[in-house]
Amino acid sequence: MTTKVSAPAKIQLGRTPSSTIPVLTVILAIIMIWYAGAVHLNSDQIIDRYEKKGIDWSLVQLANDSWNMKRAVLPSPHQVLMELKATIIDKNVTSKRSLIYHAGITLSSTLVGFLLGASLGIGLAVGIVYVETLDKSLMPWIITSQTIPILALAPMVIVVFGAMGISGLLPKALISMYLCFFPVAVGMVKGLRSPQPMLVDLLDTYSASKWQVFWRLRLPSAVPFLFASLKVAIALSLVGAIVAELPTGGQAGLGARLLSGSYYGQTNLIWASLIAAAVMSASLVSILGLIERKVCYRLAGGQEVSNEL
Amino acid sequence: MNSASASTGINHVVEVKEVCLDFPTKEGVVKALSNVDLNINAGEFVSFIGPSGCGKTTLMRVLADLEQPTSGSVLVNGMSPAEARKQRAYGYVFQAPALLPWRTVQDNVLLPLEIMGYESGQRQQLAQEYLQLVNLSGFEDKYPWQLSGGMQQRVSIARALVIEPQLLFMDEPFGALDEITRDHLNDQLLRLWQQTQKTVVFVTHSIPEAVFLSSRIVVMSPRPGRIIDIIDCNLPADRTLDIRESPEFLAIAQRVRAGLAAGHSYDD
Repeated sequence: MTTKVSAPAKIQLGRTPSSTIPVLTVILAIIMIWYAGAVHLNSDQIIDRYEKKGIDWSLVQLANDSWNMKRAVLPSPHQVLMELKATIIDKNVTSKRSLIYHAGITLSSTLVGFLLGASLGIGLAVGIVYVETLDKSLMPWIITSQTIPILALAPMVIVVFGAMGISGLLPKALISMYLCFFPVAVGMVKGLRSPQPMLVDLLDTYSASKWQVFWRLRLPSAVPFLFASLKVAIALSLVGAIVAELPTGGQAGLGARLLSGSYYGQTNLIWASLIAAAVMSASLVSILGLIERKVCYRLAGGQEVSNEL
Repeated sequence: MNSASASTGINHVVEVKEVCLDFPTKEGVVKALSNVDLNINAGEFVSFIGPSGCGKTTLMRVLADLEQPTSGSVLVNGMSPAEARKQRAYGYVFQAPALLPWRTVQDNVLLPLEIMGYESGQRQQLAQEYLQLVNLSGFEDKYPWQLSGGMQQRVSIARALVIEPQLLFMDEPFGALDEITRDHLNDQLLRLWQQTQKTVVFVTHSIPEAVFLSSRIVVMSPRPGRIIDIIDCNLPADRTLDIRESPEFLAIAQRVRAGLAAGHSYDD
């Protein structure tokens, strides 16, 4: 060929050009609604105060005072930001008032609980898929276990373990485990049963053993299902860790910060802890999403796969 | 055929006697196979042809021990199908390539060798050899999605051959391919069969494909699934696709078509 041919333009399939503008729009809308809500919820107290002192007030003044009120019913976004700055940047990490310190404590029991729960879920799924008795007997119990409200269960677990002299990470991790084994077990059972019958027949014609079929076919086929479940599980694990921190009476962890915030009417603290928990949860899910993408890319033989949540 | 050889089964690679297979369904029992008798000799290329539901795939699955007959006896290499499967006496090619997407072409071909515990040096050598046989040298490191449908099916044929079975089951292996690719693969398969002298059992619903490839054609009919005609097909060994225009070819094709028409009830 003598003429130069330009490379074909890259076409991105199934992907919107950019999500920056929509995301920013939504965030802006939330902030505006939040400011409006702060005025709405805080104004009663402020107007009371104005009337007691006999002050003439304008709408601008009311808004301004509602957004900067101490112990507001709903603190405004910038107050929460200031609280986050004070407890994250200005405090030493080892300080008991540092949000990082408390987030670290919650994170450690979230991760331990997640690892325990994921292992339990995978173990149960393998049992259900490979042992007929377990297939028939286990699923109803697994489902029943999830009908018990975690809020009722958590204090009992903490108290019972406390009476046995065990406190701290382990009881909290157990509650996280209790929440997160369920989606993993359900997703993994579906995944292990997902290979096409033809592929199972193929391995049968080689007289492959059960474990050869497991490692070479069922497990790789289950991985996409597993990741979908793990993302749900890790978010639940964090919820479990926070719930487990409530009955300890506010010693340490994000749950404890939420509790002491509500004891002392420090709404800024509650909101700052909530935001820290949300950011942590989103980060954990995204990290799993990144790993998922890498692993599923390899499993598809290097073909780009869409794994949108 | 004398009675001694029939009873010991030494001369027949496959012996099927009075095999019936019933599938229970919600609408009642479906007779997938009814009193099927068939012997296949070493080195034959036997095609099962018939409309959907005539039991041709089921019969092959019975031979491969993927399905159990309700009654009757089956011998493969003089053993029960279950023993033959345990001894890995046959290779099986499915309707779809059935390749593992996370394995390269080479690793897909290695799969049966890994499972059967071949040494790694021998594995590599066998995989190379059979990929070359299906003209896929140079594609070892590609993944299945990077190949065309025809190439994928050739990988699956290499995978069936790599364990060097004397018996090859092929269940409509080219059914999902376009006609040009199919013609091409038919030609390649014929050469492969002549080179390797294997016994091939082949399921198809294409009359030209069956006539072109086979040394014997078993015509089957549905409800109940049964054999209605067995046609010998002695076309010259050096035939090419052009033979499909010849009078001998058309005469056999005509007989197959007549058999299919006779066995098919049009009232349903």
